[in-house]
Parts: sequence; C-alpha cells; structure tokens
Amino acid sequence: MTNESLDVARRLILDPLALSASDLDRVMATMLGAAIDDADIYLQQSRYESWALEDGMVKEGSHSIDQGAGLRAVSGEKTGFAYSDEIALPTLIEAARNARAIAVAGASSPSRVEARETPSRLYLPIDPLPSLSEQDKIDLLRRLDAEARRLDPRVEQVIVSLSGGSSAILVLDRAGAMHGDVRPLVRLNVSVIVQQDGRREQGSSGGGARADYRYFLEGDRASGYVREAVRLALVNLEAGEAPAGTMTVVLGPGWPGVLLHEAIGHGLEGDFNRKGTSAFSGRVGERVASALCTVVDDGTLPGRRGSLNIDDEGTVTQCTTLIENGILRGYMQDKLNARLMGVRPTGNGRRESYAHLPMPRMTNTYMLPGATPPEEIIESVQHGLYAKNFGGGQVDITSGKFVFSASEAYLIENGRIGRPVKGATLIGNGPDVLTRVSLVGNDLALDSGVGTCGKDGQSVPVGVGQPTLRVDGLTVGGTSV
Amino acid sequence: MSVGRQELKGDAGPGTEKQRLDELAELIGRSLDSAAERGASGAEAAVSVDRGLSVAVRMGEVETIEYHRSQGFGVTVYFGHRKGSASSTDLSPTAVADTVAAACRIAQYAAEDPYAGLPDADTLAREFPKLDVFHPWNLDADGAIGIAMECENAARGFDPEISNSEGASLDTFQGVRMLGNTLGFMHGYASSRHSLSCSVIGQRDGQMQRDDWWTVARAPQDLEAAAEVGRKAAERTLSRLGARSLTTRQCPVVFAADIASSLLGHFIAAIRGGNLYRKSSFLLDCLGKPIFPEFVRIHEQPHLPRALGSVPYDSEGVATYPRDLVSQGVLQSYVLSTYSARKLGLKSTGNAGGVHNLTVEPGLLGLPELLKTMDSGLLVTEMMGQGVNIVTGDYSRGAAGFWVENGVIQYPVEEITIAGNLRSMFRGIQAIGSDVDARGNTRTGSILIDSMTVAGN
Repeated sequence: MTNESLDVARRLILDPLALSASDLDRVMATMLGAAIDDADIYLQQSRYESWALEDGMVKEGSHSIDQGAGLRAVSGEKTGFAYSDEIALPTLIEAARNARAIAVAGASSPSRVEARETPSRLYLPIDPLPSLSEQDKIDLLRRLDAEARRLDPRVEQVIVSLSGGSSAILVLDRAGAMHGDVRPLVRLNVSVIVQQDGRREQGSSGGGARADYRYFLEGDRASGYVREAVRLALVNLEAGEAPAGTMTVVLGPGWPGVLLHEAIGHGLEGDFNRKGTSAFSGRVGERVASALCTVVDDGTLPGRRGSLNIDDEGTVTQCTTLIENGILRGYMQDKLNARLMGVRPTGNGRRESYAHLPMPRMTNTYMLPGATPPEEIIESVQHGLYAKNFGGGQVDITSGKFVFSASEAYLIENGRIGRPVKGATLIGNGPDVLTRVSLVGNDLALDSGVGTCGKDGQSVPVGVGQPTLRVDGLTVGGTSV
Repeated sequence: MSVGRQELKGDAGPGTEKQRLDELAELIGRSLDSAAERGASGAEAAVSVDRGLSVAVRMGEVETIEYHRSQGFGVTVYFGHRKGSASSTDLSPTAVADTVAAACRIAQYAAEDPYAGLPDADTLAREFPKLDVFHPWNLDADGAIGIAMECENAARGFDPEISNSEGASLDTFQGVRMLGNTLGFMHGYASSRHSLSCSVIGQRDGQMQRDDWWTVARAPQDLEAAAEVGRKAAERTLSRLGARSLTTRQCPVVFAADIASSLLGHFIAAIRGGNLYRKSSFLLDCLGKPIFPEFVRIHEQPHLPRALGSVPYDSEGVATYPRDLVSQGVLQSYVLSTYSARKLGLKSTGNAGGVHNLTVEPGLLGLPELLKTMDSGLLVTEMMGQGVNIVTGDYSRGAAGFWVENGVIQYPVEEITIAGNLRSMFRGIQAIGSDVDARGNTRTGSILIDSMTVAGN
C-alpha cells in the first residue's frame, strides 16, 4: 500500500534540496555506534500565513516559511541533539557528530524491532493556503465583521483573524525506515468588545481543524463563531461578582475538558512518571476517579486539531485509555520513555519543530459520555456554579494542583441556572478531583479546535472534550465571600 | 535622515561578529532594494543569527546536550498605506527574494490604512549607546556539564528530604541581529545571554513539592554561583513541604519580588497602545490621572549596561530613552509603537516590541519588614493560570505561598485562589520592598496590597 503523505513529504522536503535517501543514510551512519540505543533525523518544512481584520478592514497579513533539520542520538537516558535551519549535507554531518558525542562507554544494548503499521489517513496531505483565493479570505473576514456589528448595536470593536498552513515532516529512524506526514492546520477566531453605559466586556470564539479553509464555510460554521463571540460578550455585560470558596461545580461539555488536560493529562505523560516527579507516579491500577469516569487520549480522530497520522518519531498514533471506570490504566509515551519503562510507545512523541526535542505530549484528550441528561445534572444541584466556557489552565505536576479559568459562568440555585457571574479561576488537586465526579452527562462534545498546549517552552496543537460533569467540591476563585 | 546605510556601528566585537554584521547588512540592503524594485514605497527588514549550547543533568547524570543554530529573516513592505509582512528561516538569496515577493503580494490585498507606514524619520535612533550586552562564553559541553552538575549536587545534597530532581540546566546563547529600512536606517549588534536553573523535589509524609531557582545574565561572570542556585532551589522546595489550603477570607497580600513583576506586566498591557486604541483596557483615558498611591514611581531604563532588557532602539529602529511611566502615582506616558501612537494622535515611545528594563522604584523595607507591616495575611510566592481580564481589570489566579501572622511566616499554603480588580489592587498598594529581583526585564521589590479575596476550602 502506498503512503501518499510520505510521498508528498518526501517531494516537498528532499527534492528541492537535492538530498537523496542515501545521503541521509550517511548522516545516520555518522550518528550510530555501539553505545547508541536510538537515533533519528527529523526534517521539516512549514509554511504558514495569517490575515487580521480590525476597525472593519484587513490591515495586514503575514507569511512565513520555516525549515530545518533536528538530529538526535540517544544512549541510555542521555540524549544528544543538534539542529540547524540549513538542510545541507555538510551541516547535517556536523550536527550528527555533535549529537552522537552524547554516547559514552558502557551504555545499554540496542533495542526493539517492531512491526511497522501503515498509518490511517486522518487528513489529506495538502497545503490549505490556495483553498481560498486571497480575495475570498478577505471577503470572509469582512463579512464576519459586518455580521458581528449587525447582531447588536453594542458591538464596538471586532477583530477577526484567519490563519493556516501546513507542515511537512520526514523522520528517518535508526533502522533506516523513513516516515513522513504532511499536516494542514487552519484556524479562525472572532473577538468582540461590547459597550453599554461605559462598561466594556469582551467575548471571543473560534475554531479550527486539520483541513483547508473551506472548513469554515461548511454549513454556518464561521457565522456561528460570530454569534457565540457576541453572545459571550453580552452575557458578561450582565455578570456580577463571582462567588469565592469551595462548592459544587457543573462543567459544561466540550472545551471545559481543559479540566482533564490539566488535572490528569499532564500528570500521565510518560517522562514525569519515569522520573517519579508526577503526583500520579507508580499509581497504575489504582483508583484515581469515580467509577463513572473513562478518559482517553486519541490521536486518531479524523481532521481534529490534536490528531496526527504519525507522531514526530514516526510512531502511528492510537487511542490510549488513561482511566477506565475510575482506575488508572496507563501513561502516554514517546520512544525514549517507553523504552526506559519497558512499555510500547503510544504515538505521543511530539515536538514543536525540528529545533526542539520530542517528548510525551497529549493529542485529543476527552472523557467518554455517561448516562445522565445534562438538564438533570443542573437540576441535581441546590447551590453551586455552572461553568460553561473556559480560557486556559495550568498544572503543577508534582503537587498535583491545577487551575483553569472560567470565562462564562452562572450561579445554580435550587436546580436552576441563575444569574451570570464574572470569570474566575477554579483550582483543585489532580489526583482526587475526578473522584468527586458524581454525575457524567450523555452529551460528549469535543472542543471547536482552538487548543494549544505548552510544555517546557514547546507549543503543540491539541484537542479536549467531555460531557457535562458534576464535581462535588472545587474551589472557585471569585471575589464575593 | 542622515544615517548612512554603509555606516555600521554597534557593539560587535572584533573579527567574526563584525564580519557577520557586514554580511547581514548586505542581505538587508539587497532585500530593501528588491522591495523597491517591486514597487514598494517603503520597507523594513530584520535578520538574526544565533548559536547556543544547552546541557541538562538530572540525578547526577547527563540528560541532554543540545546544540542550537538558528536564523531568521523578516520583512515588512508598504505600498503607500498598504502593508504586508513575511518571514523565512532560509537566508539564501532565492529565499530572501521569495520572502520579499510574498510580503509584496500580501500588501496588494491589505486595506489602505492611513496610519500604516515606516516610523517618522526623526524618531529613528541616531546615537547608539554602549550597552555592553555581548559577552560570549567559550564553554564546551564538558564545561557546561560540570557547572550544571555542581548546581544540582548542591541542591540534592542540601537536605535528606530532597528526594528527587527535575535536574539542572545551563544554557548559553550568542547572536547578532541587524535592522534596516528604506529611510536609511541600518544598524546591528551582537548580544549574549547565559542562564543556569535548577528544580528539585522534596517529600514529607507522602506529600511531594517542587520548586526552582534560576540565574540569567549577559556575561557569564554575572551569573549567581552554581552551588548558590542549587541551594536556593532546595530551600524553596523544602519551605513548601507541609502545605495546606486556607479557608476563604479577605486579607492583605504580599506578592514576592520574583512574581510581583507579573502585576507590572498587567499594568503595561493596560497602557499599551494596541489595547488603548482597541478600547480593550481598564485604563482608558487615564493619562495624567492617579493610578497608584503617591509614593509609586515606575520607569523604563533601556540603556542600563549589561541588563537583559537593554536595547538602543525598538523593533522598528525608533530610539529608546529613559522615562517615567508613573511618577507620584500618576500615569505619565503610554507604551506606544509608531502605529498605535498614530492611531492615538501621539508620538511613538520606542516601545514597538515591548518595554525595556521596566523598573519600580524600590522602597525602604526588606521582605521581613514588609511582612511585619502586613501583620496577618498571605505571602504569595507562586501563581498559576491566566485569569486576568485586561478589558475590565478583573483578576483571579491560582496561588501558593505562606500564611503570615504577627509578621511571621506560619506555614506554607496551596490550592487557593486570589481575586480582586487590578484598578483597586494598584490603588491599594501599601508598600514596595527593597528586595528587588533584577534578573528579568522587570525590576521590582515585593509588593504589599491592602486586601484581596482568598478562596480555599
């Protein structure tokens, strides 16, 4: 079976450079030696553009091309790494010599040979830039601006941004196998400021996918972002003080799944667990959530922002069960940590670019749906908070403490959604927050494709999702005591 | 405008850096010519080339050795008031020409924006102060490993409760950058940056905590000693063991110096031109008005020798200059680029790309005296998450630190949030410490705020 993604990546990267597969073999041979357990050569070529509208006009656009090579040699737990923006044979040989200097006498023996799987095709190996003409891109932004202003006279400022691009990668592994992928990614965002009697509030909404720009024109999608941004801003105009203290919190479906990403996702990345620095270290088989909770990391969802045909080490992505009916089942692994922990890689070896080392990262992390209709979850709460939309979050892996910030929230009084309250940060403890999940909705939703995850200074696109959840006891960081 | 394109000044050392700068100036000159040939009425181009070495050790073993080698070229073109930008990491003549072409193509689709354009010629830097920011470190991997090992060993050996480590890392970078535009501006200089950091984990009664310490400098000899960095990391980690939550309350809060800079970051965001002309700030129309108590002075010192934030000009070539942003608590100046200044009917303040060595005038009290002034309250030493709304000033973030009574630290606290509104937090500043953290681009002592809401269990 042919692998079109690999063929396209090879054509995009190798052909213009007049580099042959045998040149790369020579570079690899320079890196390999008795003490080297693993090595790879990562070649990348990316092209991105962005267009931004404000004050009713598309004032600027930008275009960028990024290319380079990263070479890695691994000996035991040690990694040597060199990269360059220049992909030329002499530079690569020099980088290979630098990378292999990591190998010292007495390192461990060579490792695994694995059966090779052919990746499924989760997205097409395309460049999304030409999928709309420049004029159509500009017309789209202007139409969305007009729609936002038409929706409500209180809309004072509208900022719309459209960006897209594609990254082609080639990974030559130690055994000499070549893996390739071409990864399109598009993103549209609408942000508005509304004003009423001197009070100003903002609202923003957007989405994205591994697709071309026509994704935003399907159905009513782009206009939906506009309506959502305006709605959020208008809700915030009415919002009062948020409560402070520990209370029952109902989290909405979709993007509030950032809870899972922060509370448990990072803590289940293989590197922290190999090193014993995670609050989840050594806890496989233990109960870390209520029996209602099953959480997966799934890199194989077609077209999703967090999905990959292969990870950045050439491993085919998969759906990994992290928590099954409340019991911790496993970690997310790259090749290095999998080898050192004696397990298989899970297709979670990701890197921001050729200039960064791969490490275990999430793809699309979500909780499977339960049985309870969301209305019943709200009705079950006497007094609490309904948090429907969120900004970002953060976690301290070692202490397990995590935060995520609500951007749309309401009080729940006697089983009914009450008045809106201002955004507030929620804080909890990762290893026990899911043990307090007492109801799981039947309304699983994934986010609209907006997530970017940062770890050790490296950013990668990710997805999250969850059904409506009731958590019995989360600390809400409002101002009203 | 009289700055000649050929006239190349700067802080570059002898030999290779000077040569490098000449090459980069030639590359920029070619790209500006190419933009003009394509009909651009103005253009600006920047190029940078960096090299670096990073090593990380963990549990007494080498973990990674990384050799960095990166470069970048960016160009912005104007066709009248239409703007386009493009960038590339490939510096070959073909790639540079393609990048200029891409920028020109984009400009054809951009709207006519009367405020878009190159800086006013009279704002461009004509004098280039000696900033002393280039001190390359001829350190090989073995040397770097030795320093990182010494640092981590000091942390791990500090106390038996230090049970694990995230390691220590040493990074050294040096590079040259060059900026030119079609008004005749052309200047470049070399700079360096070195840092050492350490993060360790402590364990007590089944609870794990981590904390870290770091040092960064332009010159290697200005770095804190490796063993000192390790020792501080260990002390900070140990001090967090036994942390518990607090009950929900309102109380005064001290932001420790190293995190108080984040409050200044929010202040700067609120007076940045981009947020002002978009009316996305809680400090609209505040020029000349009191924002802080009368004793507060906040100023910018862009030409401090060897400092991390020092630059002779901003990212557009506009001259930087020392000035007060706040004096006697009153807002004196916004933070403006050429574009945002024109939108607001003002002059650029040399802040395209940000502020440079933002400095809060220190007070007289050290941290212990500041805690005595607070009496009972929260000392915050770490914050988590975003939770800051610059449009409204609403503030709600995760925090960890120490509960203080009678001016004395009682116990570590965690899993709490602190909330308020930046406008009242700024007005509620009671004192600023003398314990200035001068490592980063913002220099401030610890800050005592009269009252915030602390949420806990």
